[in-house]
Amino acid sequence: MNQEKRVEEFSLEALRAGDKAEFARLVEAYSGVMYRLALKMVEDPQDAEDVLQETFIKAYRALPNFDGRSSLSTWLYRIATNEALMALRRRKSASVGQTISIEEPAPNEDYEQEPIQIVDWCCLPEAEMMSAEARAYMEKAIETLSPALRTVFLLRDIEGLSTQETAEVLNVSEVVVKTRLSRARMRLRELLSEYFGERAARRSAAEGEGL
Amino acid sequence: MDHQKCRHLLGSLSDYVDGELAEEVCAEIDRHLEECENCRIVIDSLRKTIYLYKVTSEPPTVPEEVRQRLYLSLDLEEFIERKASNEASKP
Ligand SMILES: [Zn+2]
Repeated sequence: MNQEKRVEEFSLEALRAGDKAEFARLVEAYSGVMYRLALKMVEDPQDAEDVLQETFIKAYRALPNFDGRSSLSTWLYRIATNEALMALRRRKSASVGQTISIEEPAPNEDYEQEPIQIVDWCCLPEAEMMSAEARAYMEKAIETLSPALRTVFLLRDIEGLSTQETAEVLNVSEVVVKTRLSRARMRLRELLSEYFGERAARRSAAEGEGL
Repeated sequence: MDHQKCRHLLGSLSDYVDGELAEEVCAEIDRHLEECENCRIVIDSLRKTIYLYKVTSEPPTVPEEVRQRLYLSLDLEEFIERKASNEASKP
């Protein structure tokens, strides 16, 4: 989580003037995090690559007007997030033929869902929780979140942005960030409890039989 | 178990694990957790969920072909070769 906290040692003057070498340094520094975010947002390598390219193309064009009110990284995250949301909107409307709002949580996420899965699975060995199968399940779980919740979860818990930075990226209030993060985490907790709870139960049953 | 109470605290659990709650609310949850096993399990599994996503997240890297195409699309071909030196300086 340190890569976001790096000191921004870029010359804004050079960047605003369109200096290619300085821009290349910016691309080198941030393409990794932006690509990771894009991949998790759009779930498709080709779309993610398009988002990555669009992000830096737009950044290069917009840099002469970059006012420095937000940090460069927050600003880049904002462009990347918007690109990813647009890519999602394009794909969803092309495939389903319906308009869905991706800035707002889905209706079933519009309230605090009561926990259904109350299973203690924390005793499972870490190796089992981090198996390839478990990771694939965790990826799928993220994909079930609406884009609005997914974005907040990725920015806060994967990219390590603060509540304030996330609010800045998404242009929403900090209260909205906290509410969406809470709903995203609680839903993921629910899904992971379903998956790992079953494994924990199987394990303790096996132990009870002396296996 | 005081169901009403559990439901009332539900929306605060995420802030609670982040340590971002006002002292009174935090103390209220602490008191409730002492007597409510269900909420303890929910909190523990919530913490574990966040932890698992954090530790399993991939390092921020771009596959080499993707990186090359990115530099081409940005008209930055002349800077593609700098990868090796930058790789070395990454944590
Ligand atoms: Zn409770």
